[in-house]
Parts: sequence; C-alpha cells; structure tokens
Amino acid sequence: MSLLSVRNLRVSFDTETGVVEAVRGVSFDLGRERLGIVGESGSGKTMTGRSVLRLIRPPGRIAADEMRFDGVDLITASEPQMRALRGRRIAMVMQDPKYSLNPVMKVGAQLMEGLRQRDGMSRAAAHVKAVEALDAVQIRDPERVMQAYPHELSGGMGQRVMIAMMLIPNPDLLIADEPTSALDVTVQAEVLSILDGLVRDRGMGLIFISHDLRLVARFCDRVLVMYKGKIVEELAAGDLLNARHPYTKGLLNCLPRIGGARVPLPGLDRDAGWAE
Amino acid sequence: MALIEIENLSVTFNAKGRLVKAVEGVSISVDAQQSFGLVGESGSGKSTILRAICGLAPMTGGAIRIGGDLVPNPRGRAFSARVQMVFQDPYASLHPRHTLDRTLSEPLSIHGIGDTDKRVMQALSDVGLPQSFRFRYPHQLSGGQRQRVAIARALMLSPAILLLDEPTSALDASVQAETLNLLNRLRTERGLTFLMVSHDLAVIDHMCDRVLVMQNGRAVEELSRQALASAQMKTDYARALFAASADRMLEP
Repeated sequence: MSLLSVRNLRVSFDTETGVVEAVRGVSFDLGRERLGIVGESGSGKTMTGRSVLRLIRPPGRIAADEMRFDGVDLITASEPQMRALRGRRIAMVMQDPKYSLNPVMKVGAQLMEGLRQRDGMSRAAAHVKAVEALDAVQIRDPERVMQAYPHELSGGMGQRVMIAMMLIPNPDLLIADEPTSALDVTVQAEVLSILDGLVRDRGMGLIFISHDLRLVARFCDRVLVMYKGKIVEELAAGDLLNARHPYTKGLLNCLPRIGGARVPLPGLDRDAGWAE
Repeated sequence: MALIEIENLSVTFNAKGRLVKAVEGVSISVDAQQSFGLVGESGSGKSTILRAICGLAPMTGGAIRIGGDLVPNPRGRAFSARVQMVFQDPYASLHPRHTLDRTLSEPLSIHGIGDTDKRVMQALSDVGLPQSFRFRYPHQLSGGQRQRVAIARALMLSPAILLLDEPTSALDASVQAETLNLLNRLRTERGLTFLMVSHDLAVIDHMCDRVLVMQNGRAVEELSRQALASAQMKTDYARALFAASADRMLEP
C-alpha cells in the first residue's frame, strides 16, 4: 500500500483580482521511495509539498478528491490530528536556512525545543539526542554548533542543522523543498549524499522539490514535472534523457554544459496549451 | 597589455582579534574584451577579489592595476565609470524604495551626465525590459527581471569592465539561460571585459575563456576552456570540483 496518495489536489488563492489557482488537479502516489517534483518558480511544486502538511494559510484553500497518508484522511483531519502528524510522521525541510531558523535562538535550543515539548524529555536527555542528530548529518563539532546562533553558521551547516532537526522524530515521510539550492556544488553533493543515506537506512518516503532537473535525476527514483500547477510528465529518473514532453526537454536544454557549444542557450518555450 | 592586472593580492579581515586571511597572494591578468572566471566553494575568496577591486574589501597586500594604472584610494568617479559590479542577489542589491527610474538615473546625476530620460529608456530596452516598467518598484518584478535591472544599472555609465558576482545563482534554470544570453550579447555588442565569479563550473565554462580555481583564499589552478572541457586538470581539488558539478550528474 502506498504511504501517501493524492488525487486531484487543488490549491487556490482568493485575491483582489480573482481566484489564482496555484495547483490544479495534481495526483500521485508515493511509497517508501524518492519522488522528485521539478518545475520553474510558480509551477506549484512548493504548494504541492506544503498542502500535504496542510500548511497553506488563508486566503489559500486546499481541495482534493482524496489525500491520504498511511490511512489518515488529510483533508478531513482535525487540527490536533494534523499537529500530531506534522514533524512526527511527516517532516519538511525548508529552502533557506537563513530564513527558516530562528535568528535569536541558539541552534541547540532550537533542536531541543521539539524534544522537550513533544516528547517531554529532560534537558540532559534532549541535549544528548540533539548532539546525536547533528552527528548523523556529519557536523564535525556538534557541541560548538549547539552553542552557535544561526548567523554564525555557513549555509551548508545551516541546511544540515535543519535536516537534523527534521530527522530527530524519525518521520515516515520527508518533504525537502529545494534543500540544496542555497548551497555550493561541493556542499550540495555532501548534503545530498547525507539525505540519501538517511532515506535509505531508515526506509523513509521522500518528496524532493527542486528546479534543477539534473539534481533530481541523479537523486530520485521517479520525477514529476510540473508546469503551471499541473503535472505535464512523469518519468523514471533514469529515463530523463528520453523525456517526451517539450517542457521537460526545454528545462534540460536550457542548462549550460561543460564543453558545450558557445551559442546562446535555448530559451524555454512556454505553451499555454500544456497546462490545459 | 592586460586590462585588469592583479598582483599578489591579499585581503585579511580582523574578526574580533582573530585574523582571517580571505585572499592570499592571488594574481590574475585579464586582457581587454576577455572573459575570466573565478570558481570555488563558499569561503574560497572569489567574491572577495571582486570586492577588493571595487574597494569594498580592504587590500592588505599586492597591487591592482586597471589599464596599467594602480587603482586610486578611494576609488573615485573615474574608476566607477570604468568598472561596475553586478551582485549576486537581486533581491538585496536594489533599493526597495527606489523606482527603477531612480535606480537607473542616479549614476547619471552623480556623474553629471544629462539626457537622463532617453538614457533610462534605452537602458531598459537594452536589457529587454518593457519601458512601462520604468516607474515600478523592485518588489513588483520577478527575480530574473530584477537581475536585468541590476545589469542595466551597471551599464548606465558605459563601463569597460563588468565584475559579475554569481549573477545567476539566485535564479531558476530557465531564467539563468536568459540572463547568461543577455550578458553574452551585451559583451559582444559593447566589447566588455568580464570578471565573473560562480560556483557552477558549467556556467563558467559557458561564459569564460579562462578560469581560475580557488580554495581557501589561494589560487589552485588556472585552466583554459579547452582544458576544462577535456578534463585536463592537474590538481585534485579542481578535479573534485569538476566531478561534483551538477552537469556531470547526467553522465552514467
């Protein structure tokens, strides 16, 4: 049985100029596997990830024919039920450590907050667990990092702290929203292999949201390509080079290549018809 | 003679009594109308070199020559008419409460150049923005459009040299392609010299004739475009960087 199944998900925002539909009828199933969601900004990929946790605030509205996680109906679940799921069963790693960590709280306190609140741990036990979590994401000097404020960490370290924080409760599903786009290539490769190892060892499901098709192809089992709130193509990551949809091909071709020809990069054709 | 000559540049910051050597003894020479790339991970000192050229970071050793003359301190107007910089994050580098018109006309008024109206309109159309954007604020634009404004601003004084600090790393893949194409077109049209910083080797390869790989504030290896494409690096670090490049990920 699949871990998460989504049927005809719609996210819409009521604005002064009318209703804006950010996600328009997205359906997918996820087992304990790594699923990539790719698209440009505004394609609805982040909104799809956030709706699984029902983290969309009014005036945004979520509607779906079905959205079930491990037998729980996410559409009708009460707010306390959702709270019990968030973090504990489904965790989300946000895009930018600069904006997603509390700037006036030490990293250690942020890591321990959940353990103390949610699991009712003692200070000492929470400290030990937090250090373990930092260790798991290969932070070399966890005790120092525990005492640091977020601005004292580099982007790669901040991102690892966020991953550590999300993995402490051992969730069944991890949603990673552009977890590496703020990072350098070398650090990026490191963070990805950490995520990869954790997902494999713990048998988690993973939704990996990114605008970089190459990254997703290397890292995921299956890829959904989104355009204007719809899935235009679904493929196995290995088949990416055989993509049929012009939008997927466009996303691949607009990237410069080492040793590529010195010609203008092809722009991305956007056909309104693809989103019909 | 080289247009940009950097000799043994060192930049040292004093952070709470601890000396941080951001750049140590780096030398670069870029000919006119060439495009030179600096690549390396964060903290390798590549952006600091650009900032030192503009006088935004303190030089503690070495010399910077533009067109054979040592750069004056403070840099002054003649320098800014010749060298301009485009910053990484278009969300942070444009004044949020200035309209595009004000952002673009400010360099003109500082340098006492008239004909503001025509020049601003021309600048907008040069970077492919509609002229109706003239009185908009940055928050009314997308990331790619903002970076176009930043490029237009840098070109207002018709400089010969453009320093590009990760100009596309905050942008989507498709918008990155458009921005790189725009930069290449402007370089050909105006005969600009580029000194470009990026952590993406594929972007550097697409844009630059030569590239310097940096690590921990030091120069590791200088590569020509051909050497990069055929993977003829001599140092392990340059090879590791090449292997980690996202571009290689589609290779089986």
